[in-house]
Amino acid sequence: MKEVIVESLVGILILLGALLSALSSFGLIRLPDVYLRSHAATKSTTLGILSILTGAFLYFMLLDGHTSARLLLGIIFVFITAPVAGHLIGRAAYRTGVPLWSQSVQDDLRAIIEQEAQSKERGRNG
Amino acid sequence: MKTNDVILQTVAKVVVFLILTFSVFLFFAGHNNPGGGFIGGLMTAAALVLLALAFDLQTIRKVVPVDFRKVMAIGLMIALLTGIGSLVLDVPFLSHTFGHFDLPLLGDTELATATLFDLGVYLAVVGVTMTIILSIGEDH
Repeated sequence: MKEVIVESLVGILILLGALLSALSSFGLIRLPDVYLRSHAATKSTTLGILSILTGAFLYFMLLDGHTSARLLLGIIFVFITAPVAGHLIGRAAYRTGVPLWSQSVQDDLRAIIEQEAQSKERGRNG
Repeated sequence: MKTNDVILQTVAKVVVFLILTFSVFLFFAGHNNPGGGFIGGLMTAAALVLLALAFDLQTIRKVVPVDFRKVMAIGLMIALLTGIGSLVLDVPFLSHTFGHFDLPLLGDTELATATLFDLGVYLAVVGVTMTIILSIGEDH
């Protein structure tokens, strides 16, 4: 009985993870600009990988009686680092002047960056 | 140029400890599981490179005040000495042995001289990788 419950739980987790990863690749193909793509690529892949790793962790813990610290560490590591990678890619893209999607309506960072450039210019002149 | 890297630097400070822990784990797991001196050394070097990416080279020199060329030389020396040690006991060069000991915290532990050789490999790999990367990354 226990095996049936554990196996179905693990199966659901791993299928969910695979589905989320597939969704994120569709997002990479379909979305129009860098920022929307990194939105799709970081969030749903992170959750997808987390559920696959959790599934593997639960499988080995509950059926084999082997608690894998490496999988746990991997879960924490991916959870910490993947959003930061997305942040850095988006930031690098914005700072090098990659344009937003043509139908975007709001760009709050532009004003701040222009202000920064102006104050730097003033500092050079004064 | 002053840039605002708060997120990268904060995360790097946390993640470096995870990577260093895992590299030490890989180093000691090498005898019975996948791992060993080579991959452990590469992982340690990766943690230091992450620090160098998030901060800069001067900071790395201050935080890790080690001459990596000497680390490389010490690693080779350790590996050589484990080989010579077997000559002292009148067995062929690089013969290794092991024994079981009762350590205070760990209990019955299998200690092998191959771990010392692995320590030499570890130090040599860290030294070579960091020397290459730091000398390429230098500005002048």
